[in-house]
Amino acid sequence: MEKNQNKAWLYLLPAILFLGVFMVYPLIDVFIYSFEEGYNSASQTYFGVGGYNYSYVLHDPYFLQAIKNTLILVLITVPVSTLLALFISVGLSSIKALRNLFQTVYFLPYVTNTLAVGMVFMILFKKTPYSDGLANLLLGLFGAGPIDFIDGPYWAKMLVLCIYTVWVVMPFKILVLTGALASVNEEYYSAARIDGTSRARIFRKITLPMISPMLFYLVITGFIGAFKAYSDAVAIFGTNLNAAEMNTIVGYIYDMLYGEGGGYPSYAAAAAIILFVIVLTITCINLLIRRKHVYHG
Amino acid sequence: MKVVLQNLTKTFPARGKKGETVTAVNDFTFEIPDGELIGLLGPSGCGKSTTLNLICGLQKPTGGKIFFGEDDVTDLPPEHRGVGLVFQNYALYPHLTVLQNILFPLENLKGKNKLSKDEMKRRAHEAAALVQIEGLMERRPSELSGGQQQRVAIARALVKMPRVLLLDEPLSNLDARLRLQTREEIRRIQKETGITTVFVTHDQEEAMSISDRIVVMKDGVIQQIDKPQTVYDDPTNLFVAKFLGTPPISVFSGEVRGGMLYIGENPVLPVGGVSDRPVTVGIRPEGFVPDEKGKLICDLKAVEVMGRDISIVSTHAAAQVPVIRSIVSADHRINTASPTVAFSLKPHKVFLFDRESEGRIPFTTV
Amino acid sequence: MNTNTDIDRVERRAMWLERTRKTVVYALLALWALIVLFPFYWMLLSSVKSYSAYNAEHIPKFFTLSPTLQNYAEAFTAVPLAKYFLNTVIFTLATTAIMLVVIVPAAFAFSRLQFRGKGLVFTLFLALMMIPNELVIITNYVTIASLDLRNSFTGLILPSVTSVFYIYLLKENFEQIPNELYYAAKVDGTSDLKYLLKVTLPICRPTIVTVTILKIIECWNSYVWPRLITDNEAYFLVSGGIQEIRENGFGRENIPAMMAAVVVISVPLIVLFLIFRKKIMAGVARGGMKG
Repeated sequence: MEKNQNKAWLYLLPAILFLGVFMVYPLIDVFIYSFEEGYNSASQTYFGVGGYNYSYVLHDPYFLQAIKNTLILVLITVPVSTLLALFISVGLSSIKALRNLFQTVYFLPYVTNTLAVGMVFMILFKKTPYSDGLANLLLGLFGAGPIDFIDGPYWAKMLVLCIYTVWVVMPFKILVLTGALASVNEEYYSAARIDGTSRARIFRKITLPMISPMLFYLVITGFIGAFKAYSDAVAIFGTNLNAAEMNTIVGYIYDMLYGEGGGYPSYAAAAAIILFVIVLTITCINLLIRRKHVYHG
Repeated sequence: MKVVLQNLTKTFPARGKKGETVTAVNDFTFEIPDGELIGLLGPSGCGKSTTLNLICGLQKPTGGKIFFGEDDVTDLPPEHRGVGLVFQNYALYPHLTVLQNILFPLENLKGKNKLSKDEMKRRAHEAAALVQIEGLMERRPSELSGGQQQRVAIARALVKMPRVLLLDEPLSNLDARLRLQTREEIRRIQKETGITTVFVTHDQEEAMSISDRIVVMKDGVIQQIDKPQTVYDDPTNLFVAKFLGTPPISVFSGEVRGGMLYIGENPVLPVGGVSDRPVTVGIRPEGFVPDEKGKLICDLKAVEVMGRDISIVSTHAAAQVPVIRSIVSADHRINTASPTVAFSLKPHKVFLFDRESEGRIPFTTV
Repeated sequence: MNTNTDIDRVERRAMWLERTRKTVVYALLALWALIVLFPFYWMLLSSVKSYSAYNAEHIPKFFTLSPTLQNYAEAFTAVPLAKYFLNTVIFTLATTAIMLVVIVPAAFAFSRLQFRGKGLVFTLFLALMMIPNELVIITNYVTIASLDLRNSFTGLILPSVTSVFYIYLLKENFEQIPNELYYAAKVDGTSDLKYLLKVTLPICRPTIVTVTILKIIECWNSYVWPRLITDNEAYFLVSGGIQEIRENGFGRENIPAMMAAVVVISVPLIVLFLIFRKKIMAGVARGGMKG
């Protein structure tokens, strides 16, 4: 038995080692960092312990800009993408022919490199001295534009970022929702049809309650994912996000750590913990609402 | 409401084979008189559930017509047919309470049929009272037993006062005791409401006990439509004879020669009006009479005493079934030490069938 | 009671409604398919337009009559795309391989072996799933930097080799193997390691393959950590590489060459996806989040 015990730990050793060094230790360390004032990464010394890092970050206009950007992004993309995915999935579930083809196509963005395809979005929306770009061509058909979506007004840049973010997160949501829809027993629909239930009412009274756990899962993961937005923004606006006014919270953390204005792990740590607290709070609120309103099977 | 099926046919594309089709329902023609309870009986895959789906409109027939009364409803979508359907798994909405489940069909009514809230409540409670579940209205389906769920499903089907009530294997998910109780319950509710009802089952005992008439099906083709006792006493073919009855009918290879039925080399029963030919013989378990002078001599295997009756298990070289089961009154004394048992036969419990077509061959008793 | 004309009207209306609904559904689904596919089409199209033709189009054209592969040649010569590509392949394969070596025994221990504190350790593992990467990446950066491992494959790979989620996924799968197989193997004197290699792995191959593919996708697209840890072009992966190309590569305006590079980067994963479509989609549906 004693020998077996040791053997089990031996099997676990690599995982524990890696997780310990790269997850558990950093987790503790990041809190320490966030309270060490005036930490110098070169000499590894600091002046004292306190909340200064938090206060600095919370008063940094770049951080406030990043919070604002992230919040706008979250509040627009999560509802839009979830609703859009719901409609597409319901449509997809109602057809037979071509269904597989559509599903495959819809999933493509998931397996593409966010950075690479973001660049395509950039050129679609970009206005250059040579050309107004494709998006402006479309706008022109309605007599509007041209607008520089990449280097132009704030709302235009935010719009492109939202569009790209929605495009990127849709595959996962469509996949999860079509799965949820397929798991609803066909008999419920038959029963409802025989009782003369209209399609709208079937959707509201049967489909929605039955898939509500999955919808909720998507909203929570959507919130968390959108709060961590970063590479989508880099893909479209380049690495200097502060200059483009398009930085996100995660972008701010990395910029503090490394890059143009980097070298401040303490500030980065404080920002990371603020992000963590925000995400945790929202998850808890979500879970509380869920307990009240979601049907549990 | 009278229901008429006219040359009803339904084919499906065969799975995995392009172009080929499977016929689930083949040229059905029959009429269900107003207020009757009809049992659709057959082994699984015989097309009885498809027939039900055609009647309620969930599937469209490939050919033929369906009438409710004088109305041709063949192409009418299910919601306009006014049918109530009880599913095998009940299909109660798990997120709604019992009351909400029963109210659900009523809330769909629109226009001139729309009901007031109070009227809906009244009707829901009426339906609940009919199936005796008034005490469970605020529960959810997961908090109910199988039998209770079954009642809710029936209440939900009845609450909109359907013209036709359809039940798809409604008892198959219940345990034996509940099954007995529920089937009497269904019979009572049907009698009280007088709604024309179609009941699908693979259990012959269930069909016999509950139906006004039975439709026996096999491979999408109707075998016989009759009163339960008639189907049992007067089967049209070997399939029907074998499908009904517990213990099952015993089947032998036999031959008719000169007005006498032979099983093996022994003349067992005089039969009139049958030309000389090989036949398949079916004998109901209660058709055997232990009789020392009897001509059907079987190898005795076991005698099981069941109180009022005795079940005699035996074998015979000409039998097409592994064991012959006969039920006789306990008054008979069987010599269990004897290697054989001799039977004489009750003529009206013996059926002759054609070897090829398996159709019934009538004979007269002398 | 309905009359027959009434029934006819209802029937016709129902049929008409059904047909209209189908048409609308297909049209909308096709529209979304177009939105998904269009960026891919545009990137392919732009990558085969010549530099001069592209810049001469004040109004972008939706097709080209004189496709050229010049941009692809340029993508491989003017910038070290081949190097980025190779780096990514090395990084992806090494990370995935090491990950399997780390997580398979761990999942096996949790699913099959008995030891004191198993429940507690597993709960701790699960708790780690909640920890966002952003929280730990700061210290990891400092750790790797202080070990002087920046701009090295070791530094790139080490923090990426464990995934608690995949351990969990494999453990669940391993547990579906009936106990009898393990006992039978024990009676025959099979060692645990041999049982793992000869019985568990072959039976659970589909899940192992799924995990492998998901990890490959994750590695191929990873950007944040590689960007932090490398500032020497010789160690750039494709994500960082494409960013570098955009900002300092061909000169800002050579978009066709940039698109050629984007195509080259995107193709391997799309091919992988088309081959393992069902596995990937099933795996992602079981809870794989991007990144």
